[in-house]
Amino acid sequence: MANSLAEQLANLRDTRVWRSIFRSGFGPTNLHRALAVQQNVFLHLSSVKIRKRSLSFRVTWFLGTLSLGTFLILVATGIPLMLYYHPSVPQAYADMKDLRFAVSAGVFLRNLHRWSAHAMVLLVFAHLFKVFYRGAYRPPREFNWVIGVVLLMLTLFLSYTGYLLPWDQLAFWAITVGSNLISAVPVFGTKIRFLVLGGHTVNANALLRFYVLHCVVLPLAAAIFVAIHFWRIRKDGGIYSGEIKKP
Amino acid sequence: MSEPKDFVAAMDSNSRKTPVRVAFVTRRTSPHVKAHDDDTVMTFPEGLFRAAVAVEVLALILVAIALLWDAPLEGLADPTVTPNPAKAPWYFLGLQELLHYFPPVVAGVLIPTLVILGLIVIPYFKINIEAEGLWTRNRTQRLRILAVVTAVFAVFLAVFHVYAVLIPTLLIAASMFFSARSTPSPGRFQVWLASKPLSFWIMSWFLVQAAILTLIGTFFRGPGWSLVMPWSGQI
Repeated sequence: MANSLAEQLANLRDTRVWRSIFRSGFGPTNLHRALAVQQNVFLHLSSVKIRKRSLSFRVTWFLGTLSLGTFLILVATGIPLMLYYHPSVPQAYADMKDLRFAVSAGVFLRNLHRWSAHAMVLLVFAHLFKVFYRGAYRPPREFNWVIGVVLLMLTLFLSYTGYLLPWDQLAFWAITVGSNLISAVPVFGTKIRFLVLGGHTVNANALLRFYVLHCVVLPLAAAIFVAIHFWRIRKDGGIYSGEIKKP
Repeated sequence: MSEPKDFVAAMDSNSRKTPVRVAFVTRRTSPHVKAHDDDTVMTFPEGLFRAAVAVEVLALILVAIALLWDAPLEGLADPTVTPNPAKAPWYFLGLQELLHYFPPVVAGVLIPTLVILGLIVIPYFKINIEAEGLWTRNRTQRLRILAVVTAVFAVFLAVFHVYAVLIPTLLIAASMFFSARSTPSPGRFQVWLASKPLSFWIMSWFLVQAAILTLIGTFFRGPGWSLVMPWSGQI
């Protein structure tokens, strides 16, 4: 075997099939590095160059990146959890028991999903305060701040709808307490609550509605707004790295 | 008759690096150009590598937590058995704590709506963009307004017995007065505080308040929303 693994990989990258997928190719130059970002549908939300100062920990504490990280972990653990979950009463609760006692690593999946969800709420709040205290909301970034507030609300709704799904006492009464607040909305309060719960109290309809919101509607909305949020960072001049001191 | 100039012209003529540029910076609200260069690096691999490491460290921490502590699971949901106390998720416990003092339409609708609207409008007010120190202008007048607002708000909170809000509010108002003190040689901390704009004070008040109310709701409320100690086993 004269060919090392690295050479074989290099050969693979030269094949027509590979080059039809990754057109920019692979190489040591800045042109290649720029194309790697610019020619990738996800990465091109970011610019090909980034201010060196904005990469230091002090500037962002990586709170935005970490918020996205928790979101990705939640998607990665949430999809396998869906395979073991029926949004019906009382099967939902039985599925929790199965996750704990019957499914391989089921309890780990659920733990990771739940703790990551709490972490995401904390990180998104922390991100908001960090951005505020650095003054990074100032023009031209004002609209991205608003999108950030939308993402904060989506995060809270995602966490809140997920809270009901285990269908245990903790879930049931937490959602009952929360949804009772909706009925305090003047004039339309009880109507809105009926729409949210699919009934006058938390019941099987509410479970199904929260499930659809939690697994389809809200994650899709969050993904779209996250994409806009990242794209706007680039369009608004990159990550705010503070006032530049005169050399 | 010519219009008064509303901009400053500046030139960057370091032609070895950049072509000649003329920048028009209108008013003080736009970011000033204060340096010739700001070093950039390639997003791939410099930025993406750091992001990946950060997310991996986070994932390791969360995996460790998930291995050590199980997510809570109580008995099957039973609409006929109400736990006492019945608590919302932790991030809503600040609101639930307020519900103890104010009617639902205030604690559950008015306050959250105002918070969200307040957050959204922050970048659209010039005062938040210029972010001048609170006491740089009209010091006496502003001190008077602060005194009146604090007094009215304190009386309101005292009437409703909301000491969990009253005490932090008074402490923060006290530090605002402290930062406004005119002393011949102010300490570093005072200088730092005095440079802070109004929005800093409001946001910090909100942060402190939200944290305190959430902690009380989470750890110090037991049956009938009575005050209990976290170790009493009743929360």
